[in-house]
Amino acid sequence: MQKNSSLPSGVKTDYDRILRNAALRRRAAKAGVYTMLVIWGLIVLFPFYWMVLSSLKTQAAYDNEQTPVFFITNPAFENYVKVFSSSDIHLGRYILNTLIFTLGTTALMMAVIIPAAFAFARLEFKGKNLVFGLLLSLMMIPTELVVITNFQTITAWNMRDSFPGLILPSVTSVFYIYLLKENFAQIPDELYKAARVDGTSDFKYLMTVMIPISRPTIVTITILKVIECWNSFVWPRLITKEPDYFLISQGIQQIRESGLGRENIPGMMAAVVIVSLPLIVLFLIFRNQVMEGVSRGGTKG
Amino acid sequence: MQKRKLKAWLYLLPALLFLGVFLVYPLIDVVVYSVEEGFTSVSQTYDGVGLGNYNTVLRDPDFLQALKNTVLLVAITVPLSTLLALFISLGLSSIKKLRNLFQTVYFLPYVTNTLAVGLVFMLLFDKTETTDGLINLFIRIFGGGAVDFIDGPYWAKMFVMCFYTVWVVLPFKVLILTSALASVDETYYKAARMDGTRKGRIFLRITLPMISPMIFYLVITGFIGAFKAYSDAVALFGTNLNAAGMNTLVGYVYDKLYSEGGGSPALASAAALILFAIVLTITCINLMISKKKVHY
Repeated sequence: MQKNSSLPSGVKTDYDRILRNAALRRRAAKAGVYTMLVIWGLIVLFPFYWMVLSSLKTQAAYDNEQTPVFFITNPAFENYVKVFSSSDIHLGRYILNTLIFTLGTTALMMAVIIPAAFAFARLEFKGKNLVFGLLLSLMMIPTELVVITNFQTITAWNMRDSFPGLILPSVTSVFYIYLLKENFAQIPDELYKAARVDGTSDFKYLMTVMIPISRPTIVTITILKVIECWNSFVWPRLITKEPDYFLISQGIQQIRESGLGRENIPGMMAAVVIVSLPLIVLFLIFRNQVMEGVSRGGTKG
Repeated sequence: MQKRKLKAWLYLLPALLFLGVFLVYPLIDVVVYSVEEGFTSVSQTYDGVGLGNYNTVLRDPDFLQALKNTVLLVAITVPLSTLLALFISLGLSSIKKLRNLFQTVYFLPYVTNTLAVGLVFMLLFDKTETTDGLINLFIRIFGGGAVDFIDGPYWAKMFVMCFYTVWVVLPFKVLILTSALASVDETYYKAARMDGTRKGRIFLRITLPMISPMIFYLVITGFIGAFKAYSDAVALFGTNLNAAGMNTLVGYVYDKLYSEGGGSPALASAAALILFAIVLTITCINLMISKKKVHY
C-alpha cells in the first residue's frame, strides 16, 4: 500500500486491478458456494414443507387439485382431529406403544450396559481381555443375520404381540458397551483406589462417581437409542400382527395401505407430521449432543 | 479375591445373557437353519442336511430381482452420495455465516422416520388419476411427459429409490466429512499459501489425503448400509415389494421368514448368509484397496 501513496491519487495501478479482480473472484466463488448450499437446503426442507402443507389442506381441496397448490391461506386442522378420532387406525395407541417401547428398551439397555462397561473398565478378572475381544468382534454381526432366530425364539416363548417380545431382542448393543467402557476408563484410577480405601462399595462408587462424571456420554447414548427405537420398523413389523401392539412406523404403513391414507392423503400427511415432530424437537433441543454422538458412533446408510 | 472375581462376572451377567441369547446363539443357529432342507415354520422338521436351500434361493427369480435391485442401488448411491457429501462439506467448511443453520438443516433427515418421510416422497413422485404429482409438474414445465414413478417403468422406480436413499444417507456423511475437514491442521494450509500453491493443488495434495481415512470409512459404511436397504423401499412402494419388482436382499430375507402361508426360516437363513458373504467380500476388497490408497 505504500507504493500507492507515492502516486497521484486517482491513478489505478496494476496492483490495484489485480487486487480488485481477486476480490471479485473470491466473491463470485462465495456466491457459488452459498447457492449450492441453499439449493441442497431446499431439497432437504422441501419434503417437510410439503408434508405440513398437505396436512393442512382439506381432503376435498386436495382431491380437486389437478396441479399441486404451493400455498394455502386457509389452513384446515380437521385432519389432525381426524387421525386421532378415526375408527380404523389408532394413532394415539401407536404413539403410546412407541413411547413404552422406546422408554422400556432404553432403560433396560442402560441397566445392562452400565454394569458391563464398569466391569470392563475397572474390575479385574480372569479372561477379561478375551471376553472383551470377543465382544468387539460381535460388533460386525449384522442384525439381519440374527433376526431369523430371534423371531423363532420369541415365537417359542409365546411373546409375539407383546411388549417383552418387542423390547428384549432390541436391548443389546455391543457398540454402546464399548463406547461407555472407553469413557469409564478415562476416569482416573486414583479416584477408585481412594474410594476403596474409604470402604466405598463398587456399586456405590459406580452410582455416585462414575455415572455422574460420564453423564455427557450417557446422555448421548440415550438420545441415539431413543432415535433408533422411535424409528425402528423391521423387528416390530415381524413380531406384531395385532394393531394393539403396532409401533408408529408400522402404524404409518398400515394407514397407507389399508387405513385412511388410501382415500385421505391430507389425513395421512397429518399422521406423518405428528410422528416426525417429536424427534425433530428432540434434535433441536439436543442438537450438539446428537451430532457429536452420531459422528462418534452412529450409522445410518 | 475369589469373591471379587465373582462380583465382576455378576456385573457382566445381564449383558452376557442378552448377547448370548439374542446375538451369539442366533448366529450359530442361522447357519444350522440354512442347511436344513425343507424346514418351515409349519412343519418344524427337515428332510435332510445339505446346500439345497442355497440352491433354491439362488434360482429364485424373486431373489435374483432383489439382488439386481440392491446391486444397482449400491452402485449408484454410494459413489453419488459420497461425492455429493464431499462437495457440500467443502462448501460448508469454506463459509462462516449461517454455517450452523445449514448444518442443522442438513442433519434433519437423520432424525426423521424413514417410513413416514418416505410417504411424502411417494406423494411428490406419485401419479394418480386425479393428479400427476409435483415432480411431474416440473417435468412438464421443462417439456417432458409425465412419468409414473411409483407404479411405472423400472428406471423411474429405481430413480426415486436412489434419490430417496441419497436424501436419507447424506446427513451422516456430511457430518463426518465436515468434522474431518475441521480437524485438518491449519498450519498445512498456511504453509501451502505461503508457497503460493494453487487451490486445486491444495485440495488434491493436502485436504484429500488428510481426510481420505474418513472418506474411506464412509465408503465402507455406505456399502454395508446400502446393501441392507429395505425400509426406504417399503416406504415408497409398500410392503409387497416383490409385486412392485423393487424388493431388496434384506426385504427378500424378511419376506421368506414371514410369508402368509407360513414362513421358511431355512430359506431366509440361506439368503441372509448369502447377503452376509457379499457384504463381507466387498468390505474386504475395500480394505485391500484402502491399504494402497489411504494415507493414515
